[in-house]
Amino acid sequence: MLLQFNIQVIVLAAQATWRRSIRPAIVQDYILFPLIGFAGVLLLWWIVATFFTTLLPTPLDALLANMDYILNPFYRRGPGDLGIGWLLLASLRRVFLGFLLGSIVAIPVGFLIGTSKRAMLAINPLIQIFKPVSPVAWLPVALATFNLANPSAIFVIFITSLWPTMINTAVGVASVPKDYLDVAQVLEMPRWRQMLKIIWPASLPYVFTGLRISLGIAWLVIVAVEMLTGGIGIGFFVWDEWNRLNLNSVFLAIFVIGLTGLVLDYLLGRLQMWITHRPPTTT
Amino acid sequence: MKPTTFYTTSGSFASSPSDDEFLVIENLSKTYRTPDGDHSVVLKDINLTIREDEYVSIIGHSGCGKSTLLKIVAGLERATSGMVRLQGKEIRKPGTDRMMVFQQYSLLPWLTARDNIRLAVDEALPRISPAERRRIVNEHIEMVNLSAAANKYPDELSGGMKQRVGIARALAIRPMMLLMDEPFGALDALTRGKLQRQVLNIWESHRQSVMMVTHDVDEAIYMSDRIVLMTNGPAATIGEVLEVPFSHPRNIQEIRELPEYYELRNHALNFLDRHFS
Repeated sequence: MLLQFNIQVIVLAAQATWRRSIRPAIVQDYILFPLIGFAGVLLLWWIVATFFTTLLPTPLDALLANMDYILNPFYRRGPGDLGIGWLLLASLRRVFLGFLLGSIVAIPVGFLIGTSKRAMLAINPLIQIFKPVSPVAWLPVALATFNLANPSAIFVIFITSLWPTMINTAVGVASVPKDYLDVAQVLEMPRWRQMLKIIWPASLPYVFTGLRISLGIAWLVIVAVEMLTGGIGIGFFVWDEWNRLNLNSVFLAIFVIGLTGLVLDYLLGRLQMWITHRPPTTT
Repeated sequence: MKPTTFYTTSGSFASSPSDDEFLVIENLSKTYRTPDGDHSVVLKDINLTIREDEYVSIIGHSGCGKSTLLKIVAGLERATSGMVRLQGKEIRKPGTDRMMVFQQYSLLPWLTARDNIRLAVDEALPRISPAERRRIVNEHIEMVNLSAAANKYPDELSGGMKQRVGIARALAIRPMMLLMDEPFGALDALTRGKLQRQVLNIWESHRQSVMMVTHDVDEAIYMSDRIVLMTNGPAATIGEVLEVPFSHPRNIQEIRELPEYYELRNHALNFLDRHFS
């Protein structure tokens, strides 16, 4: 089983602690043990930084060196010298655009695959071949086509967002419980209304599972893409700071990227709960 | 509550006057083709007639095809041979004139209790005005005592409440016939008794044709006018039809004190024992 440490747990714990007096079990489960985990990693980092390499800053060094970034996330000190908040927003914008376009294509295609055997037979082989390809491999194709870094990055995210959403939507549509379809049949619903009123809402949880996987991978991929394309963004920031041998900022970026990914997944989970009225299935 | 005479008939029985032939099942058989090309006969030579205001239970062991029979009447499955007629018209596909109550409720989890009922009413009665449809929905929510929970989602409801939504949904579209597939099967004993009472109350005030599949002999005696005992599959058929001699409205405590109750109960149980392979 995958260990779940997502923001939902943190929020739940926070609510629990605010509502009633802090209970020892909650403190232990949601504060003490997570803290031990973080402390362990910090300790390991400290040991490696102190005894094994001169390039690596200790956690304290990194924190102090990053104070300017942390306190002023939205500064503008010239072209290309922007606060980390701006970089994050630039990356998020690319991810959202690519993810949105990808979802707009993937959901209808997935729906088609799920409802039509012929469409499945036609499209499934393509998915099976393209799915294992790292989306970054599409970057040269995109660069050759668009001749611009930004649309190319968005295109790669678009490709990234296609497969998980498509597959999960198709699975969701194909696995609508027979009971629901029986209800639709007894009510003499025409086929298109069945799709709209039964099949679509019934497969929404699967669609959202696909969207969450897509967005998660898109957020992984954008860092790699930006390292290659350059420009403004959190991914290029990582590479740029490494080229300046400034590992302090790299650690900050890693932390910010992780936290952002967590928040993105949480927000999509909330959206799912709000739309489907069912608690999201954690993947 | 005066018990009338209690008799049993075997297999098919003589056709009654035409207004009693509300639902007619005639020489119905169902055969499935197994993956290796063989045929497995599930139902064979089923003959049954149900009156317009009659509550009929169908009892048999698991796997005897009683749910299949109900699904054929609902139109969700096709008979291999024979036919089912509702008011003289042959049943070929599902329709709002025969509404199902499902064992696992089959509520749509993304809709509230009220919206589940509303969806059915909107689909089944598209010609009446929205205000009238709203009234029907509310009336049926009240009928099953769900006003307080009407805006909750199925996940937030207990099994008994879910089935009440299922029953309200079925009744709200005003079907000519109600088909219930082990409607109380998934409920705990206390809830089951309460819901049986409620459904019987509703039925006693709005009599209509009901076909209920169950494996609970007490439930069948308490609720129905006739009990159809099925033999075991494969090739299950109607073994006996028992007339329940108690008049409506019924009271479970009073019925239980009558000797006929036990006579009927033992008869049915003995039949099921004999047909237990």
